Amino acid sequence: MQLWLIPIFPLAGFLLNGILGRRFSKAIVNTIAIGSVLLSFVWVLKTLAGPWELNPEHYFTWIASGDFHVGLDFSVDRLTAVMLLVVTGVGSLIHIYSIGYMAHEGGYYRFFAYLNLFMFFMLTLVLGANYLVLFIGWEGVGLCSYLLIGFYFDKKFATDAGNKAFIVNRIGDFGFSLAMFLIVVNFGTLDFGTVFGGVAAGKPAVSEATLTAIAFLLLVGACGKSAQIPLYVWLPDAMAGPTPVSALIHAATMVTAGVYMVARSEAIYRHAPAALEAVAIIGLLTAFFAATIGLLQNDIKKVFAYSTISQLGYMFLGAGVGAFSAGIYHLVTHAFFKALLFLGAGSVIHALGGEQDLRNMGGLRKKIPWTFWTVLCAAVAIAGVPPFSGFYSKDAILLAADRHAPWMYWVGVLTAGMTAFYVFRAIFMAFFGTYRGQAHPHESPAVMIGPLAVLAALSLAGGYLFNVPKYLEPLFPLAPEGSDLGPMVVSVAVGLAGIALAWLFYVARPGLPDSLAASFSGVYKLIYNKYFVDEIYAAVVVNPVVTGSREVLWKSVDATVIDGAVNGAGTVSQGVGGLLKRLQSGNIRTYAVWVLLGSVLVLVAMGLAAGGIR
Amino acid sequence: MTGVPLSWYLILSAVLFALGVAGFLFRRNIITVFMSIELMLNAVNLSFITFSYQLRQVNGHIYSFFVMVVAAAEAAVGLAIILTVFRNRSTLNIDDVSSMKN
Repeated sequence: MQLWLIPIFPLAGFLLNGILGRRFSKAIVNTIAIGSVLLSFVWVLKTLAGPWELNPEHYFTWIASGDFHVGLDFSVDRLTAVMLLVVTGVGSLIHIYSIGYMAHEGGYYRFFAYLNLFMFFMLTLVLGANYLVLFIGWEGVGLCSYLLIGFYFDKKFATDAGNKAFIVNRIGDFGFSLAMFLIVVNFGTLDFGTVFGGVAAGKPAVSEATLTAIAFLLLVGACGKSAQIPLYVWLPDAMAGPTPVSALIHAATMVTAGVYMVARSEAIYRHAPAALEAVAIIGLLTAFFAATIGLLQNDIKKVFAYSTISQLGYMFLGAGVGAFSAGIYHLVTHAFFKALLFLGAGSVIHALGGEQDLRNMGGLRKKIPWTFWTVLCAAVAIAGVPPFSGFYSKDAILLAADRHAPWMYWVGVLTAGMTAFYVFRAIFMAFFGTYRGQAHPHESPAVMIGPLAVLAALSLAGGYLFNVPKYLEPLFPLAPEGSDLGPMVVSVAVGLAGIALAWLFYVARPGLPDSLAASFSGVYKLIYNKYFVDEIYAAVVVNPVVTGSREVLWKSVDATVIDGAVNGAGTVSQGVGGLLKRLQSGNIRTYAVWVLLGSVLVLVAMGLAAGGIR
Repeated sequence: MTGVPLSWYLILSAVLFALGVAGFLFRRNIITVFMSIELMLNAVNLSFITFSYQLRQVNGHIYSFFVMVVAAAEAAVGLAIILTVFRNRSTLNIDDVSSMKN
């Protein structure tokens, strides 16, 4: 079915724009970048319209070593189909939006080249039929994430954020690599079909301990890519990139790669209950703590960044309690409403000429109504208000959590309340009250509003239109229907209460948050400073490494041992040369004297060897 | 030849060679240096001939002919060089002909 065409379009776009883009006009850059992604989207649709189930396509054998083969293989199953639609669909919308958002930025062609490259790697990631091809995409999207976070490379915080994202992801990739090694050792292959079939059939016999180790190592990788505790710290900083990047890479697609990978490895996780439990607990903790941090952020993009971490935590919770399809369901709806939130935030930032601080906004509802209404659609969706998309997916996860362990359900519900609160806090601070800033807000151009409107429609109706768990039932069997009305009502009520509380705090009684902050100053400071996690990491990991490198490795080992050896070799040769150069005087008679002395010496030696002069 | 012992020839050869070496080392005039080299070659020739005669082998004679041929060729080339040097520099002092150095 020519699956390779799907990623090849963006790759061609990247090459064209990357190599020749400097000479192209913006219109040509736009056409190439958006056209390539749209072509890819169309090809996805065409592929999915035909008969496509269970057709791995083998292009060439990449690695052949004895019995071990790794090929460049693509395959599509229902899980991949969902991911393909999300990546190319939401990706196309964000590409279109970027035309407007990036219109006045430098490095226009570079931006679109990187975005295209990202699409290529992301599509490779979801299409790959073995772990290594997935890993190529995995690393590639990490690279593009790095490049795009540091897009404003003349700003130090942006390049620092890029480095942080890249380095933290290395930790996760380390776990992923080890997991792949273990899979190769135990299964002799990296092909999804063979490995998962082998796990299910028990052939080759791999102990549960080994499977658990593999699953845990995969989880380490997923934690890095999907910004879960303890490796989530890079994602808030990643907001240094342009906002469309935050929407595409750091909300809708790349960060969900970890969830996708866990869902893809479902067979392994099913046989490693301890690891699956760990997935659930890490997801739940991440969801909860990121939501609390989100409560007090003042940067509009940071609020949504912590929200993303929190929602990713939900997806992991869903996967961890065995409801993989619910996790993917939330991945899809989250891609809609979180991309919309970020793009809306981008529209606000664009309108205010770069202002990101919520405290300098306010009253924008009248000034940029299109942005307001679309963002509101996303907000009701993420808050879990029925019947909008977030309600369906979050409800599916929470019900699964309730069946698995009630305490997880209650923490999840609490998190849902906080989610509703912080999102509406941002909305109320930005769009209600009176304007507190200096800029002159202006509505964004139609090329930005268009994607917002489409995403708004998807956020509202996406949960109803796309019944992902039903679609994925052949892969992930659904739990039997039960009477889940009670938990559902509770979670909806908590979400609505969160919205009401935000209304009370930021519209009805604006003085209340400050007085509360004053009375709970300890907790307030703790959360406001994000639990000092960055500081703790700096003290425990970063500074020892930096200090050790500087003081020990650089100033001791490098400066004395290595430089000493090199310089010592130089000094010795110089000294010896200084002595020997006296021999090379250029005076023939001196040489002749040496020859004479040498001959005499040889004669004397021969004479002595012969037993002296008789 | 019967009356003259072998050692005398060798001593004469050694003395001639030593004179050649001394001349090569201590004289400044190029022609003298050149002649010292010839002297050393002929001192060696003398030893060759002596041993050849003593041991009744023709090898020594052959070698001495080789040496004479080489010496003749060397004399031709060397004297030509000396002539050119003298024409260009008006000196035969070997220490002044050092432009190849440094």
